[in-house]
Amino acid sequence: MRPVSSWGRLSADPHEVIELTDRDRVAAEIGRHHPGIAHGLGKSYGDASLNPHGVLWHTTGLDRFMSFDAATGRLVCEPGVVLRDIQRALIPRGWGLPVVPGTQLVTVGGAIANDVHGKNHHLVGTFGDHVRRLKLVRTDGETIDCGPDLRRDWFAATVAGLGLTGLIVEAELQLRPSNGPWVDGEIVPFSGLDDFFRLSDESEASWEHTVSWIDCTSGRNVRGLFMRARPTEAKGQAWRERRKRMPLTPPLSLVNKLSLRPFNMLYYELNRRRTGVRTVHAEPFLFPLDSLQEWNRMYGPRGFFQYQSVVPREAALGATRDMLDAIAASGEGSFLAVLKTFGDCKPAGLLSFPRPGVTLALDFRNVPAIPALFGRLDAIVRAAGGRLYPAKDARMPREMFEATYPNLPAFQAFRDPGISSALSRRLMGS
Amino acid sequence: MKIVVVGATSAIAEHCCRLWAADGPVEFVLVARDMAKLERIAADLRVRGAGATVSTVKGEFHDPAGIKALVDQAAVSGPIDMALIAQGWLADQTSSQTDLAFLNESLQINTVSPALFAEAFAQHFATVGRGTIGIIGSVAGDRGRKANYSYGASKGFLARYAEGMDHRFAGTGVKIVLIKPGPTDSPMTADLKAKGKRVASAEDVARTIVAGMKAGKPMVYAPPIWRIIMLIVRHIPRFVFNKLSI
Repeated sequence: MRPVSSWGRLSADPHEVIELTDRDRVAAEIGRHHPGIAHGLGKSYGDASLNPHGVLWHTTGLDRFMSFDAATGRLVCEPGVVLRDIQRALIPRGWGLPVVPGTQLVTVGGAIANDVHGKNHHLVGTFGDHVRRLKLVRTDGETIDCGPDLRRDWFAATVAGLGLTGLIVEAELQLRPSNGPWVDGEIVPFSGLDDFFRLSDESEASWEHTVSWIDCTSGRNVRGLFMRARPTEAKGQAWRERRKRMPLTPPLSLVNKLSLRPFNMLYYELNRRRTGVRTVHAEPFLFPLDSLQEWNRMYGPRGFFQYQSVVPREAALGATRDMLDAIAASGEGSFLAVLKTFGDCKPAGLLSFPRPGVTLALDFRNVPAIPALFGRLDAIVRAAGGRLYPAKDARMPREMFEATYPNLPAFQAFRDPGISSALSRRLMGS
Repeated sequence: MKIVVVGATSAIAEHCCRLWAADGPVEFVLVARDMAKLERIAADLRVRGAGATVSTVKGEFHDPAGIKALVDQAAVSGPIDMALIAQGWLADQTSSQTDLAFLNESLQINTVSPALFAEAFAQHFATVGRGTIGIIGSVAGDRGRKANYSYGASKGFLARYAEGMDHRFAGTGVKIVLIKPGPTDSPMTADLKAKGKRVASAEDVARTIVAGMKAGKPMVYAPPIWRIIMLIVRHIPRFVFNKLSI
């Protein structure tokens, strides 16, 4: 037994950790040690990959590439392969992942199980849209091969299936041609949600990546920085990764009522002058936090929550305004608040989070005022017909999950009875 | 660049190979006992390294003639540039004390076999006049401790062996690099981790090793902080040390 936390560091309960390193032995290991749940790099914020006082199947040792066809861009790999490693190995050979979330430091298995999205969702959809085949091992020893054209029901349940349908031991991904690691990036300051929507609409056709940082202390007349980028063949300045690590967990959250306003103001003022299109390396532009390892320690020993919602476009203006008001009124919030529009594509998984509309994501330190604030935000999201992202969630009420994920009953039939997580018990009862 | 890795299924060796593969075209010769596992690693390196060619050899770890033949065979297609000797087994200390057959097995794989390989590579490198031999020792070899002295003594033996080879090849193009990893995340340290001990990532350790071998440093602590820790541990007087349970 050893303590394991997820990214939000809200708990550090003991787990019996089973290290999986040999894919031929996965069936035997999970057959002997269950009920459990797969755990990769632990980047889900809440309890999706936790099983306190129970078994965790650690998949980071299953991190081997199996084959790559440089003519077609098809990559077959084990589930613990890190997205960054795929990018670094294959972009120089002209192929890259179509979808990468806000951090590259997640595993392929986690990216599938949460059907993650990136800043280019409006053009390419979610991670699951680019998975061609999966091999799933169940705790009873059964092996299931599935894909978009093979046992499609199993595929739809496993993509965004939160690891609950079996353990993925092999995935075949369709990469897409890449011109290299450079992007033309631009930062455009905006003021007010109307301005944000106008920028989103005008950018989506010609910019591959769009996302906005917002100053969460500014309330309904939100100010922010619209960031957009597109791949380019031009070469920018050489970039070398400087890996830093948050050296310790401060006794108090560094994000608090004193620091929030000055930081957000400084960030806005520093960046709003950096206008104009610049050719930059994709890694620091798209994944700025990846160079600071363990940044989640910033929130102190009590950890933090992330609240990520999506609301349909027609209700988005009002709902986003109301949420920003509620957050500004609470005085809580984060340095990194993110607003983005999703595209219209139909997601691959039964429980996929993205839907057409607008997504808002914020971190909140774990303080007593949070449940009340989240209750208010839940009500706004529900009324607008939206929902929350399970990969980020540690606290949504079960009744909200059931009401906002209508495919849940269909999903239940595919669950592996030998797999259970803190999230599955909280939101599905088992 | 041609690199021969003995004990290539070890987590540290595998991560070293990944870094070498990413760095430029490499011809790997990988030696191990578990061929199924070795083939998986070979397939992985072929994808990671654009120009990597990888051949796998089922290892002979204890037969001197077999070891000599293996090294000679690896050099047939051209001289070897680097050799990493990474086989090892963290043998349980209690079993080593109670079961002499167990102790013998541990000494064979941790002491005798690496020395035979080191000498076989040294013969080849002496002929061609250049090359680098990396030998995986351990911080456990720096001072005998009740918790792991059978393993530690094997690693201490390798340190002395490497020191002698370094002396022998001084001033030539042959470099001997003794590597002393601290506890590293691998199947070998699963018990340590279960007890809540912190271990370094195999990737970080490999990064230090690859840089150290490239520079031809005689001794590499990985992560480097262990140089200071072991400096202190080595200098604790016996009357204090024997009261400690470290």
